[in-house]
Formats: sequence, C-alpha cells, structure tokens
Amino acid sequence: MALETVIGLEIHVELATKTKIFCNCANEFGAPPNTHVCPVCMGSPGVLPVLNEEALGLGIRAALALNCEVRRDSKFDRKNYFYPDNPKAYQISQYDEPIGEHGYVEIMVGEEKRRIGITRVHLEEDAGKLNHAAFEDASYVDFNRAGVPLIEIVSEPDIRSAEEARLFLEELKAIMQYCLISDCKMEEGSLRCDANISLRPVGQETLGTKTEIKNMNSFRNVQRGLEYERSRQAAMLGAGESISQQTLRWDEASATTVVMRSKEDAHDYRYFPDPDLPRIRLAEEYIEERGREIPELPSARRDRFERGYGLPAYDAGVLTAMRSLADYFDETAKHVTDPKTASNLIMGEILAYLNAAGKDIANLPMRPRQLADLIGLVEDGTISTKIAKDVLKGMMSSGKDANAIIAEQGLVQISDEGQLREIALRVIAANPKSVADYLAGKDKAIGALVGQVMKETKGKANPQLINKIIAELIRQA
Amino acid sequence: MQDLTVGIAQLHDWLKSGDVTSLDLVAASFARIGAIDSAVQAFLTVTEEAALVRAKENAGKTPDGILDGIPFALKDNMATRGVKTTCGSRILEEYIPPYSATVMDRLDAAGGVLVGKLNMDEFAMGSSTENSGFFPTRNPWNLGTVPGGSSGGAAAAVASGMVPYALGSDTGGSIRQPAAYCGVVGLKPTYGRVSRYGLVAYASSLDQIGPLTRTVEDAALVLQAIAGYDHRDSTSVNLPVPDYMTALTGDIRGLRIGLPKDYFAHDMDAGMRKVMDAAMEVLRGLGAELVEVELPHTEYALSAYYLIAPAEASSNLARYDGVRYGFRAKDAENLLDMYNKTRSRGFGTEVKRRILIGTYALSSGYYDAYYKRAQQVRTLIRRDFETAFERVDLVFAPTAPTTAFKLGEKTSDPLTMYLSDIYTIPVNLAGLPAISVPCGLIDGMPAGLQLIGRMFDEATVLRAAHAYEQATEWTGKRPQAIGGQA
Ligand SMILES: [Zn+2]
Repeated sequence: MALETVIGLEIHVELATKTKIFCNCANEFGAPPNTHVCPVCMGSPGVLPVLNEEALGLGIRAALALNCEVRRDSKFDRKNYFYPDNPKAYQISQYDEPIGEHGYVEIMVGEEKRRIGITRVHLEEDAGKLNHAAFEDASYVDFNRAGVPLIEIVSEPDIRSAEEARLFLEELKAIMQYCLISDCKMEEGSLRCDANISLRPVGQETLGTKTEIKNMNSFRNVQRGLEYERSRQAAMLGAGESISQQTLRWDEASATTVVMRSKEDAHDYRYFPDPDLPRIRLAEEYIEERGREIPELPSARRDRFERGYGLPAYDAGVLTAMRSLADYFDETAKHVTDPKTASNLIMGEILAYLNAAGKDIANLPMRPRQLADLIGLVEDGTISTKIAKDVLKGMMSSGKDANAIIAEQGLVQISDEGQLREIALRVIAANPKSVADYLAGKDKAIGALVGQVMKETKGKANPQLINKIIAELIRQA
Repeated sequence: MQDLTVGIAQLHDWLKSGDVTSLDLVAASFARIGAIDSAVQAFLTVTEEAALVRAKENAGKTPDGILDGIPFALKDNMATRGVKTTCGSRILEEYIPPYSATVMDRLDAAGGVLVGKLNMDEFAMGSSTENSGFFPTRNPWNLGTVPGGSSGGAAAAVASGMVPYALGSDTGGSIRQPAAYCGVVGLKPTYGRVSRYGLVAYASSLDQIGPLTRTVEDAALVLQAIAGYDHRDSTSVNLPVPDYMTALTGDIRGLRIGLPKDYFAHDMDAGMRKVMDAAMEVLRGLGAELVEVELPHTEYALSAYYLIAPAEASSNLARYDGVRYGFRAKDAENLLDMYNKTRSRGFGTEVKRRILIGTYALSSGYYDAYYKRAQQVRTLIRRDFETAFERVDLVFAPTAPTTAFKLGEKTSDPLTMYLSDIYTIPVNLAGLPAISVPCGLIDGMPAGLQLIGRMFDEATVLRAAHAYEQATEWTGKRPQAIGGQA
C-alpha cells in the first residue's frame, strides 16, 4: 500500500523590534541573564502590558508578505499555564482572532511550483529561558527573552515530504529576512519550528493520526526528524499497528524521536480575551502602509534575475537566498556589461571570503559599485582575470578601489605590443623545443611560451595579446 | 493636635496660613493611629519614618497645590516602591515592589505624604475585610461590626480620622460599600478614568481606583489629582479631565434622577427603605425630578459577576507561584509540589474558592456556558443603563441592602456575603461612575445612598452628591465607638 506523507508546520519567528512587545526593555539576544527585564516583563504584581506598535506593524507586514488576509478587528488572549519561564503564568497570544489568515507561500520543488497554504499568523510574546545548572540541583531562569515579540505561523497540511518542509522553511526565512521582519537565526532561537506529520494511503482524503515533533533546531534537523518520523510511522502502519497521537522530541544525539507527552496530557490553556489590552482595530491606510513596506520578494527576484540578467536558475537561487546578497548583486549588475561575471565572482570568491570570515555581505567594506569597476577593468583589458582575483582580495579586506590597488602594486596589464613582442622574442629564442613542438602541431605547446612571458611580466601581460603575438612570431620565423 | 476630619480645603488653608505645618498634620495622623488603631486595625503598614522625613522637608514652605503636605494612605493593593504591598495576603506578606503605582506617583507629585498601607480582604475578594490574611478591621462606629470591604481599612481609617483621605479600589462595590458602612464618601470613577497601573489586579475588566473621603468636595479634589490618561495603562481613556470643583454648584434643579424599579421592588430592609425615602424627598426638595426606570437584567448581575471576576482572578493570581517573589514553600520535592504547597498555604479560603470557580468557568467545554454567557449578560446590563440614561441623568440606589453586619456573621456563608454587593456590582459590570454618600443612621449605624452616572460623567455624580450633602447633616458624622473627639 503506497502511503502519502502529510506535514504541517508551526513556526515561531522573533520580530526584530527595538523593544519587547509589551514593555520598553531591549529586544536583544545574548545579553547577560536578567539584564533586559523590568516589572512588566517580570510579571510583578500590578503591572500592565502596552502594545509595542512596531511589533504590530511587523506582524502585519509578515501576514501580508505571506499573502494573508489581515483582520481589521482582532484581539489578544491569555493562554494560561504554569511554568517557571512564564512570569505571569499566562502568555499573551491570539487565540481565535489571529492578525492574519488564509495565506500561502510558493516553493519550487524541482521543476514544480507548489503552493503551501498558511492557516494563520498571530502575534504573541516569547517566554523566558530555563538554564539547568550543571553542578548543582537547581535551575535558573533568564527573563531576557520574556516578552520578546513573536509571530506564530501555522501552515496547512500541504507539505508532502521532509524535503518540501525544508524548502518551505528556507523560503519562509528568505521572505522574513527580505521584509526585515526577523533575522531568522535558528541557532539563536529567532526561528523555531515544530511539525505535525501523519501518513495516509494515497488517494485517501481523511488524514491519518498525527504526531507532533518539537526541538528540531536546524533546517537539517527538521528534514532529518521528519524523515525519521515518516519511516517510523510507515513501519508501524506496515506492521498493522496504529499510530498514537503524541508529542515527540527530536533527539539529535540518537537521531530518533522521543515521546514527550501523549494526547491525554494535553493542556487546557483556558484562553480568554486579555482584559488589559484593548481590541486591535486597524485602519485601511495603516494596512496599506504596511503593504508598501514589503520589498520585491525572493520568488519575484529569482524570476527577474533569470529573465532580466539571463542568469542560470542555479545562480538566481543562490543570489536571492539572502536579501543582502541579492541587493549586492543587483547593485553590481547595474554597472557591468555581463552580469554573469558579477554572479561568478559573488558566488565564488566573495561568498568563499565571507564564509571564511563569518561576515555578512552587508558589512563587506567593498561596495557593489567598486566591484562593478573591477569587472569593468577586466572587460576593457586593463587587468587580466587572474590579476583581478588578487585585486578583489585586497578590495574585500580594505575597501579600497580597484584602481588604487592596481596603481599601488603596479598591476596594470601590459598591452603594449612593442614591449610584449620584445619579451616574446626572447622567450622564443630561449625555448626552441616548445617552438618545435608547436610547429609539429602540438597547439598546447604555445601555453608554455605564454606562461614564460607571464612569468617575466609577473602576470601582467595581456594573455590574448601575447597568444596572438607568439603565434605570429613563430609562423613568421 | 489637629483634627484631620475637617476637610482637605480647611487643612490646606491651615498650611497656607503657616499656623500648621505638614509635619503637624503627619504627626497628628500618627498620633491618631497610635491612639486607636490597635482597636480599629485599619493599617497593615505605617510608613512613619519616611513620612516624617518628607514632612520635615516640607516644613515652613507654602503648599503648592491643594493636596501638598497633607497625609493620606493607600489600600494595600497599590504598589509603593520600597514599601510593602501585601494585598492582604500571606503570599505577598514580605513583598516590596520595585516600582510605584501611577496613583501613588500622582499623589506624590501633588505633595501628598503617604502614612501607610491599609487592610483589605485578601486580593480585594470580600465584603467585610474579614478575608484579610492578617486580621479583620473593625468598624469605628461599632467595633463588633465589620467596616465592609474590600477597602475596609481605607473606610475605617478615614471614618476614624486617622487620615483625611485614602484611596481604595472597587471591583464590585469595594469602595462604595465600606464607605456606606463607615459613614464616609466613596467614589468609584468610570472604568478607564483612573490608571490601574500598579493596582494589583483582581478582576482587570472591573477594577477601578477611587477616593474615600470625609466629604464630596474632598472626593472631587482627590479625583482631580489621580484622574487622567496614563500611557502605561492601555485601558485608561484619553479624555480631558474636567474641573470637578466647578461642578459643585449646589444646584440640581431639573436634574433627572432615575429610581430603578428592579432595585426597590426587592423586599428591602424596612430601615433602609425609610432612609432611602427620606433621601429621595431631599433630592426632590432640591428641585431634582425623580423618575422610575427599569434595569431589567439586574437579577443576573450577581451571577455574571461571580463568573467574570473569578475567571479573570484565576488568571491574574496565577503569577503567585513562588518563583520570582513572595512566599515560597520551602519543603517542596519538585516543581509541581512547589506550586501546590506555595499556593495552598499562601492563599486564603475565599481566594482559593474564586480561583477554583474561575478556572472552572474558563475550562474547555465550559467556557461558552459560563464565561461567554456571563459576558453576554454584562452587555445586557450595560444596555439597561444606556437605555435608562436616555431618560435620566443619574440613577439612585442604596449602596448596600443593610448597614454593617456583625463580625463573623456571614463568614460561614459566602453567598449571603455576596448579596451585600447586589446594588454595586451592576455598576462595575457597566463600567459607570458612582458615589456612595452618607444618608442617615439606622439603629446608630451609617447607611449610604448611591448615585450612578453616565460614562465619564463624574461631574454630575459629584454635583448631585454634593448638593445632597449640603442639604443634610449626615456627612461628617463622627463615630462614637472610638472616642467621639474625632
Ligand atoms: Zn520589560
């Protein structure tokens, strides 16, 4: 019996606001424990929440970027549960009136475009963090994260494989980053993903019993966790067993899923409207303004890079994965004749340099205009491609213009035919064997001669010109 | 020693004349507390040291505003930085807030001198102050009776002349009912008129801070100082605050006052009916027009209140878990055990009862039948008042069905206790402003009448209450039980 995999994702994204969602504490990752806290986010008796408008704006921007309908009238609810990282013992969230609903994200699975539905997008606050002490019988709570604004994005069960889940997440991350909604760093917890997965016979409409997987803390682990869970369920169904509805935890060390709780232990969160916060009523103009904040999204940009710049699909995919990279390429490509040269350099030398240095392209001292100038110098023959790569290294670390580096190091290409002819004559005279080989029909032998000229000129000879000159001189001889 | 019951304006005049200093008033307050509070037990904390320091700073300077240099006290559910704020609960017995409530900041900025924090029913749940986690407060008019609640400490402190005024909070009548029981003025402003920031929440959609004072004029003065929008409270309303003193014209000719048929139809206590009838006569005599109105959903108010308030409380009080502040059971074996032991020992019976009711009302499968239904009733009650206010400017009612009852009389029967708030609860559900003004004695104990106004129309409420007060001699009557010299 052929089985179909059905996956739905629940994604939490921390919003890149300056302050927390209901107080004025800084929203910043990595500060010493309990330094970004105040009576409000600590849940002191008597405090009240005040909605951060920036968080609301980003939430709406996210809903719009995910093609959702934005509710003109919504509210916050309290989700009640006890846990030490939850300072009020309730989380302010949105229950039955999320800010956005009925959206979708399109992804490319191979050559096929797939549309994954977005059930809802809602605003809520993050909880603190428990740190379990290593050498004592104690746990410590850090409330820096308590009250950091989140959106929860729930997808429809439209995802059909673990790979699709990963592709969906990558696309979602790119959209969030493009819209400056979040940095979506899974390793810092600013993007977190839980998944529901079930199997059903192909052709069957009703869904099978699902399990929920938590704690998948990288895109790779999401794919691995779902693959593992799919085979586990398939094996059980194959053996005639039934799946029980459970919440599972992905255990990276053993590469398996482990039971956290079963359905019977499900919480009753006793949701009710938060009486401390007025309803959120949105004016049309306000929503339209948020819509205007959305830039060209990754999929549109990919299309434009392919059609407008004539880039291969692969290049377009790599260059649009991050907005900063795509912006950089766009800016460079405007000023060059062949965008593919720019693409090659960015995907090759520049990304390699950035990865090694652990930097983002936005912080690269070399600006796109400078890169375009360098490419121009290759195109007009001022320097060779080989020299260009050396110059590029200098530009990336120093931010200096190509011309400055070329002048400093005397790297201008020698294109003076008289000068090159003189050197070529000397090289030909000193290498009779290569000349003989060439004359005997070994075309490659000319390479050795060109190499000698390059050596004498420290790589500055114009390679096309020197090729031409050597060939002429030998034929004339 | 200065008499602190003479009214805020008189105290201010004394300070202005230079004959009396802030230090004299503060010292008078502490002297009075020292003399009688062992019997009344209104205060949970006195802040003598800080108050004297502040009063000395002020000594010799002419007062800036009307409240400058004048002592006051707060119900112990308003956060005071550096001063214990217990909410009348063992679970917060040692709790010292890191910040101050907006009302505290405003009174502080107006030059007020805090002399202490007042007893209350635990987390403002109760109508007699017998639910205090520490001790019950006594009614200064008869130490064997309750002062009402939950702002019983505030009412008793003002009635016995320990402070010229105090702030209380009113969720279902907790300012007005004790004001009536203790023969003082109690004003519950419109929901949203006074910031709740720093008021430890009982039922957030109903709680409102207001003054307990000797006179209506004093209530107007104190409201003036604490009212107005606060960006830290999203439910506070950004409306201009009128000048309440100019509203006190003494003239209520032509004012239309509604008599809710549904309140008076009850088999009202005979003594209370007599007092109410007399008060109506006074209002008529002043030129007001008394009109019968209907508030047909009144009978459901108590049930709706006892679902909404506990539901919100069950969530509001969940934070007292022993993790960050307050009492924590020391002998817990694990996290769940810590929660259980901390909350079982930290909270009193009535608080636990309401947490359980509220938790149940919000539970999945019961939400629609209880919480949601109660909210629908609340809407109907609000509409009742809206309809009434199309015909009248104010609604008249008793504040409570009876005068103060004996200590212990109702503690074993919470339902009977709940009934003492039957005339005040609908007002909170509708969010309206209302005042309780002394309107006579029944068997030697004070009774209060209640005037309920339109949303944000405290001015008319105060105007009518003031006119009534001027025309009668009930306000300012002094309790004999703790020495008539007050
Ligand atoms: Zn904070």
